[in-house]
Amino acid sequence: MCKDCGCSIVEHSHEHQSAHAHLHDNPQLNDKKTIEIITKILDKNDHEAEHNRQHFDTHGVLCINLMSSPGSGKTTLLEYLSEVADFTFGVIEGDLETSRDTDRLKAKGIQAHQIQTGSACHLDAFMVHKALHHIDLNTIDVCFIENVGNLVCPASYDVGSHLSIVLVSIPEGEDKIVKYPVMFRKADLILFTKIDLLPYFEYDIAKEKEMARKLRPNVDILEVSTKDEESLKKVAQWIRFKMEMR
Amino acid sequence: MHEYSIVQSLLDTCEKNAVKNAATKVTRVVVKIGVMSGVEPDLLKTAFDIFKENTLCDGCEFIIHIQPIVVKCRVCEAQSTLQKLEYLCPECQSLELDVIDGEEMYLMQLELE
Repeated sequence: MCKDCGCSIVEHSHEHQSAHAHLHDNPQLNDKKTIEIITKILDKNDHEAEHNRQHFDTHGVLCINLMSSPGSGKTTLLEYLSEVADFTFGVIEGDLETSRDTDRLKAKGIQAHQIQTGSACHLDAFMVHKALHHIDLNTIDVCFIENVGNLVCPASYDVGSHLSIVLVSIPEGEDKIVKYPVMFRKADLILFTKIDLLPYFEYDIAKEKEMARKLRPNVDILEVSTKDEESLKKVAQWIRFKMEMR
Repeated sequence: MHEYSIVQSLLDTCEKNAVKNAATKVTRVVVKIGVMSGVEPDLLKTAFDIFKENTLCDGCEFIIHIQPIVVKCRVCEAQSTLQKLEYLCPECQSLELDVIDGEEMYLMQLELE
C-alpha cells in the first residue's frame, strides 16, 4: 500500500507521482480513478520462462529455441545433428497436430516429447514447462525446443531458452529476413538451409546476410546442407562452443 | 495470430488490478506496443474488442500507443529513435547499442470505476 494515499500503486515511478497528483488534485473524482500500471503484457509468461531457464541451469543443460517457417528443415537438422554432435540432446517438439516429428527423432534414438498445440501458432513458457516433466535433463547436454513452424508468433514468446537459432531455407525465396524482422532480430544464429539448392534458385545470399546484420549486427550465420557433413559439424561446433560458455 | 493469447494475458492483468483496487469496471485500458514486439496493433484491437465481452473490461476504451525503437549508443551515448529497421546509431554509426524501448508490449494505465 502507498503511504501517501493508501492506493495500491507501490512502484514509485515518475508516472506514479503524476497519478497521485491527478488523484489528489481532483478529490471529486471518487467514481473514476486512473492508475498507472506499467507491466509487461506477457509478464506471466516471462516469469514462467525464467523459471524454465533456472531449471535448465540447475541441470547444466543448454536450451535452444529452434524457429523457422514450416518445412525449412528443423527436424531434419536435428536428425542429422544426432549423427555428428559430440553432445547428447533431447527435443521438445511443437506442432499443431500429429507426433510425426517426434516419431522421426525417436527413430534416431533422440529423447523427444511432442506438444500438440491444437490451434495455437506458437509455444509458450507454460507449454514448455509441462513438456519438461517428460524429458530427463540428467541424461542430456542440450535441450532443443522445436517451435511451431511460423516466422511470426513464436518470436513474441520467451520459452525459457538460452539461445535462439532461426532457420531460413533457400527454396523459401528471398526477403524472408526483411519481411519477418522481429523473428530474425531474436536470432543468435541464423542457418541458411538447403544450401545445395542455390544453383536452382534466384537467391542473393550475400544480400540476405547483409539484411540480417542490419537487424542484428552481431548475429552468427552458417550455411547448411544435409549433403555436406562438414556444414552440419559446424553447427554442432557452434553449439558445443556455446555450451562451454555457460 | 497470437494476438488472442496476448489479449488473454492483458485482460487477466486488467481484471486483477481492478479487483485489487475494489473497482467494478474498467473504463479505459492504455497499452504501449513496440514496433518490434511482433504484435499487429489492428489485430490486437480486434482481438481485445472481441474478448473483453463478459469481463470487467466490457465496453471499455482501448488505447494503443505505438512505440518506435529507441536506442542508446554505448560509444557516443546519444539516445535516438530509429527511423528504419537498421540497428546502428544514427549519430555515430556505431553498432554498439542498447535497446531502450520498442521491442516490448506494456500495459500502461487503467481507468477504473
